[in-house]
Amino acid sequence: MSTSTAPRDAVDAPSRARDILGASRLTNESLTAWLHGLPGVDQVGCEARAAMLGTRSIKTTSKAWAIDTAISMIDLTTLEGADTPGKVRGLCAKALTPDATDASTPRPAAVCVYGDMVPFAREVLGEGSGVNIAAVATAFPSGRASMPVKLADTRDAVANGADEIDMVIDRGAFLSGRYLDVFNEIADVKQACVRPDGTAARLKVIMETGELVTYDNVRRASWLSMLAGGDFIKTSTGKVSPAATLPVTVIMLEAVRDWRELTGEMVGVKPAGGIRTSKDAIKFLVAVSEVAGEDWLDPHWFRFGASSLLNDLLLQRQRMRIGAYSGSDYVTDDSPSLY
Amino acid sequence: MPTFEYAPAPESRAVVNLKPSYGLFIGGEFTESEGGSAFKSISPASEEVLAEVTEASSADVDRAVAAARRAFTGAWGRMSGVDRGKYLFRIARILQERAREFAVLESLDNGKPIRESRDVDVPLAAAHFFYHAGWADKLEYASLGSNPRAIGVVGQVIPWNFPLLMLAWKIAPALAAGNTVVLKPAETTPLSALLFAEVCQQADLPAGVVNIVTGAGATGQAIVDHPGIDKLAFTGSTAVGKMIARSIAGTRKKATLELGGKAANIIFDDAPIDQAVEGIVNGIFFNQGHVCCAGSRLLVQESIAEEVEARLKRRLGTLRVGDPLDKNTDVGAINSKAQLERITELTAAGEAEGATRWSPECELPSKGFWFRPTVFTGVSQGHRIAQEEIFGPVLSVLTFRTPHEAVAKANNTPYGLSAGVWTEKGSRILWMADQLRAGVVWANTFNKFDPTSPFGGYKESGYGREGGRHGLEAYVTTGDSK
Repeated sequence: MSTSTAPRDAVDAPSRARDILGASRLTNESLTAWLHGLPGVDQVGCEARAAMLGTRSIKTTSKAWAIDTAISMIDLTTLEGADTPGKVRGLCAKALTPDATDASTPRPAAVCVYGDMVPFAREVLGEGSGVNIAAVATAFPSGRASMPVKLADTRDAVANGADEIDMVIDRGAFLSGRYLDVFNEIADVKQACVRPDGTAARLKVIMETGELVTYDNVRRASWLSMLAGGDFIKTSTGKVSPAATLPVTVIMLEAVRDWRELTGEMVGVKPAGGIRTSKDAIKFLVAVSEVAGEDWLDPHWFRFGASSLLNDLLLQRQRMRIGAYSGSDYVTDDSPSLY
Repeated sequence: MPTFEYAPAPESRAVVNLKPSYGLFIGGEFTESEGGSAFKSISPASEEVLAEVTEASSADVDRAVAAARRAFTGAWGRMSGVDRGKYLFRIARILQERAREFAVLESLDNGKPIRESRDVDVPLAAAHFFYHAGWADKLEYASLGSNPRAIGVVGQVIPWNFPLLMLAWKIAPALAAGNTVVLKPAETTPLSALLFAEVCQQADLPAGVVNIVTGAGATGQAIVDHPGIDKLAFTGSTAVGKMIARSIAGTRKKATLELGGKAANIIFDDAPIDQAVEGIVNGIFFNQGHVCCAGSRLLVQESIAEEVEARLKRRLGTLRVGDPLDKNTDVGAINSKAQLERITELTAAGEAEGATRWSPECELPSKGFWFRPTVFTGVSQGHRIAQEEIFGPVLSVLTFRTPHEAVAKANNTPYGLSAGVWTEKGSRILWMADQLRAGVVWANTFNKFDPTSPFGGYKESGYGREGGRHGLEAYVTTGDSK
């Protein structure tokens, strides 16, 4: 994993979008025609496909592989109003040493925090730990702020040392059909991710699928986010229910698969919120493998936004090692609930 | 080797207790044959012998029909609908309780993936008993005519593709209406019917209400020809269906025939493509294509034909072919050597006639009967693979330009069992359903079954309906009693 990948940074999103749309000018009308021309999603069929993928039985060696892979794909997250430097430091310590009883345990891909917490995370993680720092930005979670505020929020997090930015789209604009506004918002935030040295933080675009409601909207928002330059498409903030569901993730995996066919570029996928058990995480990995393909079975291209998932994976990992369940007091917990 | 290789996840066989040999279930008991011989039922996935089964003689059929007649004129015939319903509910519950046992046995004997027997065959079989249990005391409210009542002794002959499910489709409505039954399972898949006989004992079903006689064609013919049979129900090939129709011509016997099919699965350019691809796969590779209503002819609009073909091939690359008892298997074994030979012959004909053959790379087990999922492109109506029922995992892809052409091609077959329409346009779905001469038209789905929904064919796909209120009609007689 590199923090300074710049493959998509150089892309001029509006001009590439004009190319892909075959339009001389990028207008809301041309974007609408393109997005509404995508094949529809049949809700019943999509949910049946996701349910079928959920019946795969992953045992023994493949389960051990899946657990380690899932751990390495976690964006270990704390996004509370009550977050303190102390809590963030604890989260980062956990990321560095997920299981002190077993040094072979992989580290999660990143920690995910609010932008002002990035310096405290950096204190603990330093450089070269392999654990990235992701910061939410753009008036997370609602996205209800003016563009200058959102861009300042993003630049601030990048300046604080964030390797990755998790932005939210303006769902109000999307739902009212102002696709060009959403496009420009993503493209501008993408520019704000660029550091003075020319490298850029990777941009994850949170669509908040629970507010988009229909699968057709999820597909359109996925394509719009990729077109505008998002490096990752992400389901949810975790603040809205439903958050990451398997059918929604299947649609996003189809989108990145088809986007690669169209452009040759890979875009990552991050389901976030509501994935708490190893069993659930493995279902998502099955979907990644069978829908998008095994190229996405890599922390660079697939992430879980989660907090409690890590400890469940660690418990399963311990069980596979020692043959018995230990219990929640045998995995460390630095983020217990306040309430 | 793939990054995420699924380790073997076999379902345990321990739940199934097979006896070395089985007699015939007549009059509520397992009995020895009178003059019949024995044959072996094997697992098509390994050619392992599972059990020895009796080939019933005509004397055995005679005993079975007599037992059914005694039950009909006796306790069962006099029983109230409410009480009949109680037995059907009891059978349904036992099927659910023993679901795993039935699923494993079905996969062993038939070769179908455990995922399908576990998630489709057995739950649907139980659902058919639950549904018809509800009708048992409500026949008078089913708009079947005045004084609806049982016909008498019903002879039923069922196929090998869904052994337990077809048994349920036949027995549940027959019993709900108050008939008694002599049923013959297919010779390659008799074991789940014999286990069902144990369920009848467990449910204390009165003796002779259900009789199971195993055997091959001659046993079936003995049932068809038996003068004590009042009604016949058959599911199987069109050729055998025609023989049955000839045999009973001029007799008082009623019949329902559910025969072959060559269904068109029609994909319009505004279809939900990803789900349509799933529907194509489910339409033809479900149960190894051993499905009478399988979507064996893919009709795809020319403007999206290449895209659909590419997506379909990519999807087929993820199908898992192999051990039926592995919980991750998508495509199991071909049911018999004879069927494998027929599939091989027809696909060879497809190549010889100029269609382009394609299969995904996949390893097949060395023992047993196996056939790779196969797609033929460049198929035209004149090809044998577009006309004849292959009854295997073989898809023929044809194209069309306009809705009228799609309808014309879809209907241009002697069969008419089912069809599928994929489009986001509701009005087109309704128009197509109206035009297609097929008993079932699925919209944006395929191979979905429900006990409340009638199923049956047009043209050479047979006559009569099974399931729903319509299915009951075949098992009652109405009007004044004589």
